[in-house]
Amino acid sequence: MSPRCRSLPGTSRWRSHRVMLLKDTKLMDVKLGQLGTWLAMRDFTPRGILGAIRRGYDRYYNKYINVRKGGLGGISMVLAGYAVLSYVWSYSHIKHDRRRKYH
Amino acid sequence: MNLSFFDQFSSPSMLGIPLILISMAFPALLLPSPDNRWITNRLSTIQLWFVNFITKQLLTPLNKEGHKWALILTSLMVFLLLINLLGLLPYTFTPTTQLSMSLALAFPLWLATLLTGLRNQPSASLGHLLPEGTPTLLIPALVMIETTSLLIRPFALGVRLTANLTAGHLLIQLISTATMALFPTMPAVSLLTLLILLLLTILEVAVAMIQAYVFVLLLSLYLQENI
Repeated sequence: MSPRCRSLPGTSRWRSHRVMLLKDTKLMDVKLGQLGTWLAMRDFTPRGILGAIRRGYDRYYNKYINVRKGGLGGISMVLAGYAVLSYVWSYSHIKHDRRRKYH
Repeated sequence: MNLSFFDQFSSPSMLGIPLILISMAFPALLLPSPDNRWITNRLSTIQLWFVNFITKQLLTPLNKEGHKWALILTSLMVFLLLINLLGLLPYTFTPTTQLSMSLALAFPLWLATLLTGLRNQPSASLGHLLPEGTPTLLIPALVMIETTSLLIRPFALGVRLTANLTAGHLLIQLISTATMALFPTMPAVSLLTLLILLLLTILEVAVAMIQAYVFVLLLSLYLQENI
């Protein structure tokens, strides 16, 4: 720390950050050893899951669609994801067509 | 093994969970609710412009009483349009190819228009059963014909939607199978079939939009007669 910055009363010079709770860390900042504890702390009630879906939707919406010059990419990614998901859902049905001679 | 060509219309399910509800609810994800800004994002602007356009088109012929149907007609139009168009993506499922869904949409709405007419203006509604200027001798036959035509309307609405979409999807599958089968042996003919497939896909996009429009237009016409 530069010698010019003053230390406020009540804080120590060497610990200027408060300790971050594990509950509030994002997934990318969690250490591998803490992963199990972190997962156990997450809210898996229906309300929590809905909140997570809502947050995910808002993140995507505000990043790709709710921008000043949004392009085709924002909605194309959604449609491509839907097509892939439909493929995954119908795979067990489609796999019978793989080696058929007459469809 | 069963007929393979009709398997694409079987209602999808995974581990016993029916997925048709997700196919029906998915268009809602593509329609974000616009927030209270003056200039919204491009998707919201397009959506608002489109909804205004449809509403004006459908509701201009209706009187003031009919404007109460604005919400249901417009939302039905957007719903059908999106469902039909999303069904043209690869591997997706179109719920409107199920007759149950088309009839479930057509029957209650038609019945609502009929009952509205019978309740508010019974003689005018019954008067529609006999066109003006028919010769006297033909009246009984014509009344029966018009009654039949009235009662068959919901079935016509539902079956028209389902049959058009089902036939389109089936044609696409048949022609694409033909293209793939011809490719190893006669690539030139396969290319021709591919061209036909391209034109057919463009037609299917048009049909998807037109069928949604026709469904809602006919409903608004039935409403016009009765309200």
